[in-house]
Order: sequence, then C-alpha cells, then structure tokens
Amino acid sequence: MSSGDIIEIQDLRKVYTVGKVEVSALRGVDLNVKRGEFLSIIGPSGSGKSTLFHIIGGLTPPSQGKVRVDDQDLASLTDAGRTNLRKRTVGFVFQKFNLLPNLTARDNIAVARYIGGNDGKSDPKFEEVLGLLGISNRLDHKPNALSGGEQQRIAIARAIVNHPAILLADEPTGNLDTENSKAVLEVLKGLNETLGQTVLMITHNPEAAAYGHRVVTMRDGKII
Amino acid sequence: MTGKMVLANLKHKPMRSLLSFLLIGVPVTLILTLVGLSHGMLNDAERRARGSGGDIMVRGGDSKAILSGGTANLSEGLIPFFEKQPHVKAAMGVITHSVELPLVVNGVDSGQFDRVSGGLHFISGGWFQGEFDVIVDQYYAKQKKIHVGESIKILNRDWRVSGIVEGGQLAHILVPLKTLQGLDSATNRLSFIYLKLDDPANTQIVMQQLNEVTKGGYTIWSMADVASQFRESVNSQGLNEFIFVIIGIGVVIGFAVVCLSMYMAVLQRTREIGILKSLGGSKNFILGIIWLEALILGLGGTAFGILLSIGAKYAIEILKPASFQVEIVYIWWPIVLGITLAGATLGALYPGISAASHDPIEALAYE
Repeated sequence: MSSGDIIEIQDLRKVYTVGKVEVSALRGVDLNVKRGEFLSIIGPSGSGKSTLFHIIGGLTPPSQGKVRVDDQDLASLTDAGRTNLRKRTVGFVFQKFNLLPNLTARDNIAVARYIGGNDGKSDPKFEEVLGLLGISNRLDHKPNALSGGEQQRIAIARAIVNHPAILLADEPTGNLDTENSKAVLEVLKGLNETLGQTVLMITHNPEAAAYGHRVVTMRDGKII
Repeated sequence: MTGKMVLANLKHKPMRSLLSFLLIGVPVTLILTLVGLSHGMLNDAERRARGSGGDIMVRGGDSKAILSGGTANLSEGLIPFFEKQPHVKAAMGVITHSVELPLVVNGVDSGQFDRVSGGLHFISGGWFQGEFDVIVDQYYAKQKKIHVGESIKILNRDWRVSGIVEGGQLAHILVPLKTLQGLDSATNRLSFIYLKLDDPANTQIVMQQLNEVTKGGYTIWSMADVASQFRESVNSQGLNEFIFVIIGIGVVIGFAVVCLSMYMAVLQRTREIGILKSLGGSKNFILGIIWLEALILGLGGTAFGILLSIGAKYAIEILKPASFQVEIVYIWWPIVLGITLAGATLGALYPGISAASHDPIEALAYE
C-alpha cells in the first residue's frame, strides 16, 4: 500500500438482502488508486462495478472489509459521515446525467455548490473549468433544452464544482453517440491532466476504458 | 438556493400548486367568513341598539340573554312610569318578533321613537299611514327589491311599504307597535324599553335609581352593557366553540391537502431526491425543502383564502345586505396564517421524513 493512494480497499464484501435472499455483490475486492490517477473499470453487467462505486462514493456502507477514501475509513462512517463524504470528497457523474429537470444548468451547478457550502464564494478556477467544458453559453438552459453531450458536461461541471478529491463516473458515455462520447472522455482526460483530478470511470467500452492510465476488470464481484 | 429550488418545483407543476392553494384556501375562507360574520352581526346589532337613541335599555327581570328578544314581558304602563323618573327625558317601548332568521321586526310607536331617537332618516316615503304599513331600511329594500308604496309579505300577511330609511336604528323592519302587539297577542306588552336621559353622563345614577325604585324587578342595562351582553349572549350560545370546530376542520383539511400534495410530490421526485443525496444533501436539507414547499403552499393558500373571503363578503353584501353583515377582521389574517402553517407543517412531516429516509441508490434507480 502506497502513501500516495487516495483509495485503499482490502477484501471488500457487500451483501444485499433482496426479500429473503442474500445477494453477494462484492466478494473480496482489493484495489488501490493513486491520487491523480485515471482508472477505468470494465466488466459485464452484474459484476459489481456500480456497487463498488456506490461504496467508494458513500452511497451505501460496506458489509465487510477495509475501505479508506481520502484517509477516511468508510466502514466506521455513520450515515451523516457518508453524506459529508459525498458533499466534499467525491463527485458523481451518472450514465443518465441525473440533472434536476426543473432547474437551469447554472442552477444545477449552483445547487451542488450550495450543498457543498461554497455558495456565494467566487471561484475563478471553476470559471476556467466551465470554459474548458465548452458549456459557458448553455448555462441558462434547462436540461430538456440541452443535448445529451451538453447535459453530461453540465453533470461533470456539477460533480467537480466543490473540487472533490475523486470523480466517480459511472458509464458517462453510455447514453451518448460516438462524437459526444469522445468529447466527454476528452473532458475527463483534460480534467485529470490539467487539474490532477483523480477519476474512476466505469465503462463497457474498451475504447473508452483506454482513456484511463490503468484498466481493471471486474467479474462476479471480484477484480480479476 | 433552497427557495429557488422550491419555487422551480411549484412552477413545474402549476396545476398541482393551484389546486393546493385552492384546497387550503377554502377552509381559510370558511374561517374568515365565519369570524367576519360573527363580528359583523354583533357589531351591527350593537350599532342598531345604539341607533335607537336611548341611553338605557330595560328588559323583563328574567331576560338575561339579550338575543332572546322575543319575550314581551314588560307592561306598556311602565312607559309613563319611567318618563316620570329624574333625568329621564323620554321612553320608547319596542316589541320584537323574528321573521326570517336572523331578521326581526320591531313594533314601534312613531311619537315615542321620534322623542327618543330624534327621528328616522327617510330616503323615501314617511311614517306609517295605516295599521299594516311597514318601514324598511335601504338594505332590506335592496335585498327584497321593494319600493315605497309596494306590498310585501311579512308575518304571513301583506304590508304596504310606507317608507324606506337609511337604517342603523333598531331592526331592518319597523311596523306599528299596536299592530305587532295585536298579531303577537301581546296587547300592551313590550320586549324592551329604551330611555333617553337629559345627559348620558347621568346613566349610572339613573340605573341605580331605577334598580332601587323597581326593587331589582327588571334588567337595566346601559348601552355599553348592551354591547357586552350581545357578545356574552352570542358566546353563551356556543359561537366560539363553533368557530373552534371550524378551525379544527381547517387544520385537518390543510394537513390532509399538504400531506397528500407533498406525498405525491415526493413520489414524483424520488429520483431528484436521490440526485440531491448523491450531491451530499443531508436528511435535514431534504426535509427542509419539503417543509419550505409546504409552507409556501400554506402561505399561498392563506392568501388565496383571504381573497376568497373578501369576495365572499361582497357577494353576501350584494345578495343579502340586510340579513348578514360580514366584516373583514384583519387581526384574524395572521391567526389563520398561523393555523394554516401549523397544518402545513404537520402535513409535510410524513412526506418529508419519507423523502429524507430514501435510500439514495434506490432513489437514483427510480424511473
């Protein structure tokens, strides 16, 4: 284990109870991710990729094993602690964009800033990022007036507005055509290279996975 | 930012928001109209009693409740007796009879009335010319669409309208004293006697004298007492309890409307709640959004209800200007707002807690 690791996972297990049936989603995952790394995770559906992301992102607690994210032991975090982790340490990008439909793009980003406690503070660095994302002229539109690629770039802007240590992108190009997929992947790569943003990306697409510094494959709840 | 989100949510579903305003507004209207009606009726009755011009009112010994005005248990022979008492300038006997609730007819003697009140303010026509003449005030004339010289049916018989007056003096309908006494089989009997004094400052002295002379055989009130007796009498008949029941219904309706509306909203926005949670939104943050939205619904519903109650007041004034008097009781606006916000807060609790407790992963997967 290296001291530069922002994510340290050892023997991570996750069991879900569905009705009276217990389902093992993760069966002993070991993974270390360095600060500033762009890691791609590939694997078939049901391999446990999303569950791994949900645990790293503090959306659900681990059942067993050691998970440290940015020096926080996730196994010992309370619900409130995991909420703070999502607020300050991780940013999510989803396949379906998950923008709030009633708000403009600008307000979608502002909500994240507000929740992160950065509301009203000037952030020149973020303004620069908005320029890099190429969405400055689309901020006053609601999601239904934006293309899929634009929506995903807004979602990325929202995910990094509070400068999280880790950006978790779950199939970020899954709903996009080739051109928009490439644009989004270039944005993620640019954020990683320009800002040193740690990026973990789930994808089914080997070409997309190739944007990462490293690719890990999951199957049956394990990294192989 | 929370406010912006809530307003965006309300704008996103305008029909839901408007229906919620309407449904919250209806009990608000009921409460304000009922309170306005009770204030209006009481104040009107009080004004009319004062409009008699009397300084003291005398009733039968056992007539404690002023609203039970139908009992004619005073002898007409008391008029000259009271007029002989020190400081009493004039006395007027009145007999009263209910016609169509809440309206009553007063039987009066024109001579006594002029001496005590200084006379009626006629808009058209004049005093009674015949046994079955009637004088109505402008509100009753408007309500019944009648004019001087026309015939009107009251107490199961026709009366000729001899005059229309401005109103504010005794009942909306005045008939000759002797006629009403005859119809009520109460010859020489009176319901009230009003006394006009040489100086209103002597009211307490005269009341004391009269109580001594009559050995407490009659109920003697100053006009200030009459006002308080009106209130006491109405309260003793359970008006306050009735208002409390209506308020309770209002709270329950407000609670139910907000609860249902917010519960539907939470169901519709399950995914959005998941998004907010993924951004780090805490349970209190989610609860706060639901609560604020409920409060805005309550606020909007109250404003809507106030507007409706003002509309109801004018509608009543146009349709039944004589029967019902509704006042706008401004002090009740903040009270009813507080009641509505309390109902909205209660109504937001379950949906709010439900939303705050959503599992973020399940919420994000919600279609």
